[in-house]
Amino acid sequence: MPDIDLRVTPLRELNKMLHSIGPGSNERHWLVANPGGLHAIAAGVNAPVTIEIDGHVGYYCAGMNTQATVIVRGSAGVGVAENMMSGVVHVLGDASQAAGATGHGGLLRIDGNASSRCGISMKGIDIVVGGAVGHMSAFMAQAGNLVVFGDAGEALGDSIYEARLFVRGAVKSLGADCIEKPMRDVHKQALHDVLSRAGIEGQIDPGEFKRYGSARRLYHFNVDHAGAY
Amino acid sequence: MCGIVGLFLKHPRLEPQLGALTAHMLGTMGSRGPDSAGFAVYGAGVVGETKLTLRGPGGTDFIGLVTRLRETIGQASVTLHDTHAVLRLPRDSADAAADWLAENAPQIAIVGRGERMEMFKEVGLPEKVAARFGLADMRGTHAIGHTRMATESAVTINGAHPYSTGPDQCLVHNGSLSNHNAVRRNLRREGFAFATENDTEVAAGYLTWRMREGLPLGEALKASLADLDGFYTFVVGAENGFGVLRDGIACKPAVMAETADYVAFGSEYRALAGLPGAETARVWEPEPATVYFWER
Repeated sequence: MPDIDLRVTPLRELNKMLHSIGPGSNERHWLVANPGGLHAIAAGVNAPVTIEIDGHVGYYCAGMNTQATVIVRGSAGVGVAENMMSGVVHVLGDASQAAGATGHGGLLRIDGNASSRCGISMKGIDIVVGGAVGHMSAFMAQAGNLVVFGDAGEALGDSIYEARLFVRGAVKSLGADCIEKPMRDVHKQALHDVLSRAGIEGQIDPGEFKRYGSARRLYHFNVDHAGAY
Repeated sequence: MCGIVGLFLKHPRLEPQLGALTAHMLGTMGSRGPDSAGFAVYGAGVVGETKLTLRGPGGTDFIGLVTRLRETIGQASVTLHDTHAVLRLPRDSADAAADWLAENAPQIAIVGRGERMEMFKEVGLPEKVAARFGLADMRGTHAIGHTRMATESAVTINGAHPYSTGPDQCLVHNGSLSNHNAVRRNLRREGFAFATENDTEVAAGYLTWRMREGLPLGEALKASLADLDGFYTFVVGAENGFGVLRDGIACKPAVMAETADYVAFGSEYRALAGLPGAETARVWEPEPATVYFWER
């Protein structure tokens, strides 16, 4: 089990090691100590390994993650798991702006709060936030699920395409073309499936959530809607 | 880019380390702003005394200057910090000293004024700027600092932060204002003079104007949400503490850490990671369009 202390090993060395994990490698569980808010820790990993980071991380931690499970025992800076393709990123603390931005797949789980623009332009990722999300979350979201146990800030889902947003708490305001939609059984099932993937199914009744999504009025430019752009 | 740091101590215990802690934070934010750096330190003040932080061209003979100044205004002492010097004198003679300097030493700029505040800024790598001024040896209750990556105006000392907004008050800024030309024109009509084309100098002038019109600092900051267009995180230093304000979109970063001993501000968590007890501090981001203030 590689045990890396970032006060000793330069960050570039760590990322180089993580990028060169070959198929069938026995080094499947990595421990990273003293992250000290450094940027791009474990970004660009493409291997089915687990990376545990003990402390707060800076920007773009686990960005572009593919296959790996990255656990942050602290809070994360801007753009955690941005453009994630697959795998799991689990932040035990809070996340800053643009968590899971443009994520294509995989699961981002944040136990605390996420700041503004969580899931901006998400493209298929599942994001599960234990606390609240800040303003303009799911801005231009295209696919995937954003599940929020707490409240959502202003302009949730502004200019949203087809992502599904489930919020249990209060929504301060909805962005342009984002509306509340009925929570039918099929949606409760879909939410249950997301919670299963996050390993927390059965803890909370999906019926407590409200569903939000696109009204599909902004798909094509229409001069009559100019005021809404 | 640009980086901001701020450190506000709740207890006297860490006061001897204020400068060293701030210097480390400032150095860490050097990667966000390698052009120039500046900081304001709130150290011990003497009631009835004013500190003028002076800046002169390299090699300025501040001792000789102050010897001449004393002949006119009487009591005054000076501490040297590279291109800057802190002049201490009775509050009643501060205006006379400023007038004397303007007349007899026009090459000298007064960068800061107050009972407690000392302010320093220079072009260069933040780490080196802090070392030149001896920041690590300074003590006090709170300090704010800035590392600059120029976007709106040239890399000059006048373009570096902090900017003074009044006695014992200063402003640092991360972001850029888009209506600073219009605001500058309006402030010129109100009698303000500007040394640069810099947007932050305008923000500082704006806050000074609002306070001159009678608003307290917190209210002046709130008013700026309506009048200053652009994106910004402001940190303001005042005699008893510091304040933080982010614009309504809040795309400029800001992270705070609080322990029983201090409240700290950084553009990134990296700046806070070296503080004692940072690992277990409460860490959070200030909300957009919300004025925060810590005082003691």
